[in-house]
Amino acid sequence: MASHHEAIIREPLITGENITYAKISDDILKPVENMPNRAWWIGFTVASLGACLWVFAVSWTFWFGIGSWGLNKTVGWAWDITGFVWWVGIGHAGTLISAILLLFRQNWRNSINRSAEAMTIFAVICAATYVVSHMGRPWLAYWPLPLPNQFGSLWVNFNSPLVWDVFAISTYFSVSLLFWYTGLLPDLATIRDRATGIRRRIYSICSFGWTGSVKTWQRFETVCLILAGVSTPLVLSVHTIVSMDFATSLEPGWHTTIFPPYFVAGAIFSGFAMVQTLLLIARKVLGLENYITMFHIESMNKIILLTGSIVGVAYLTEFFIAYYSGGEYEQYTFLNRFIGPYWWAGCMMYGCNVLMTQLMWFKKIRTNIPVSWVLSIVVNIGMWFERFVIIVISLHRDFIPSSWAMFYPTWVDVSVFVGSIGLFFTMFLLFIRVLPSIAIAEVKLLLKSSSEQAKKKLMADGHVDESHAEFYKESLTKFDTVQLSNYKK
Amino acid sequence: MSSTKFILGLFDDPDVMMHGIDQLQKNSVPIYDVYTPMPIHGIDDKLGIKSSRLGYAAFMFGVLGGTTIFSIIYYTLVHDWPMNIGGKPAFAVPDFIPATFEWTVLFTAFGMTITFFFATHLFPGRAPRVMELRATDDRFVIAIDAKGNVPHDDITNILKEAGAVEIKHNDRKYVSYE
Repeated sequence: MASHHEAIIREPLITGENITYAKISDDILKPVENMPNRAWWIGFTVASLGACLWVFAVSWTFWFGIGSWGLNKTVGWAWDITGFVWWVGIGHAGTLISAILLLFRQNWRNSINRSAEAMTIFAVICAATYVVSHMGRPWLAYWPLPLPNQFGSLWVNFNSPLVWDVFAISTYFSVSLLFWYTGLLPDLATIRDRATGIRRRIYSICSFGWTGSVKTWQRFETVCLILAGVSTPLVLSVHTIVSMDFATSLEPGWHTTIFPPYFVAGAIFSGFAMVQTLLLIARKVLGLENYITMFHIESMNKIILLTGSIVGVAYLTEFFIAYYSGGEYEQYTFLNRFIGPYWWAGCMMYGCNVLMTQLMWFKKIRTNIPVSWVLSIVVNIGMWFERFVIIVISLHRDFIPSSWAMFYPTWVDVSVFVGSIGLFFTMFLLFIRVLPSIAIAEVKLLLKSSSEQAKKKLMADGHVDESHAEFYKESLTKFDTVQLSNYKK
Repeated sequence: MSSTKFILGLFDDPDVMMHGIDQLQKNSVPIYDVYTPMPIHGIDDKLGIKSSRLGYAAFMFGVLGGTTIFSIIYYTLVHDWPMNIGGKPAFAVPDFIPATFEWTVLFTAFGMTITFFFATHLFPGRAPRVMELRATDDRFVIAIDAKGNVPHDDITNILKEAGAVEIKHNDRKYVSYE
């Protein structure tokens, strides 16, 4: 039922007064149905310049080969795989929000899942570009597929984590895209039925003829639930397999059994940081403060704190096991993170990911928007350095000191990375321009049960325990969108 | 004979609409369909719509996907061209699990969703068969086939008394055609 009453002690998921079903559509579709504002144009210009840089740098790589990167015989994997793992990790938050939080019936996901899933798709596109460009000969990208061939009956090796990765990333991308687009259908129909002319025709094609009849909704909900059910193990498997690219080697610093859970936690950690980076800006620029509330921000910060602490425990475990294993190469690798020439990268990794995140224990920090935004950037930087430390520091000094070397990125390395950020933001900005950045239908579900006005009505009806009402009013003080004057006794 | 093809009761609240369904059913007025901007639980029970069988389809597709890739792996690595990797057995089942899992998920997701699109007649470019344009925005619409359901005024009154904010007598089934 649409109107089951929710306990008063739960914080509202939609704030503001006079919110109706129509107003939800109007508010969310404002950026889609109107010309973009100046902030959007500035962002889009900067981002597309970045995307142009990416096109140039990747074309350069294809033309001149991998030699244009700073790789050497010792450090044969560097910024490319760092960028790859970083982007794939960022993608994980979207699936966590859309799938795992759906299974746990966390209704606050309803207003952030759409943009987080879009972020997943764009992040995985960015990640995939690294894989393809590192192939050097991208026109042979079909080689990891088990196709009959003329190379002497040679099949791909399914014992290799790199082949598993091909399967994992391609499945992850396509299933995420499917889940996202299926969820978009009802909202595309909303745009279609409000639009006229050519826009109506375009959205008509895209909305697959959605009508919102009873049977359609019933099947839609079944599909979403099962997709969430299969996406949950899928997302865990993807970063597990990414970590196995490293963990199944014999390289000190990589050869550890803790990698799969450690990578998955790190992925969710960095992904939520990126969601926070995007949404704190988007809610302001798009005027969606009533739908992405302080409760959402604080909840995401709590997840960042939790996953950041899991990552911290994983770091400690690695150090302990390096000591306890008695393996001198292993021990040297971990000491080298602090006393070697890349000590600064190690400090960035541990400082940004573990120390800075612990600030989130304080409610004042969790509910402070500028500080949360800065911390989300700090986490993004820290997680990039985590991958850099794991990959480059482990490789640059391993078993044979005569092979030790340093890695110096060339302008192509830097441009591919900076350009991929531009590509990501270009796609994200186009997304908020043409598609609803919040799942309209899902937010409408919350209006009668979890909105501020529904709770106010509940209190006005007088069926609420006084102490619970006090607790609820107290929890409203952190919101930046609630008129506290309405709650004077 | 009036030219009304469909009678639409437009509600602005899902609970009032549920009440409207009850009232119509109490008066033995058959309901053609209900269009809502969001999923409303409980309508399918009221209208006697059977629960979806897509879950079974999903399971079958999953089994198909897992079997397909496992067969491919078995054929390539065990049957057709076993490799000598340090003398280890070619039929290394634990190594085959990741790819098998991924294709199980892949087939489940795509098979089920395509089945959903097929069964619900959703595909790119399908002309939307919409009876009321606001049904995807802020109106909860009960549609009643006017043919054979007379007198229309009684139905209008039932809907009005149940709390419909607007009642439409449409001469065309779908308003979305241009």
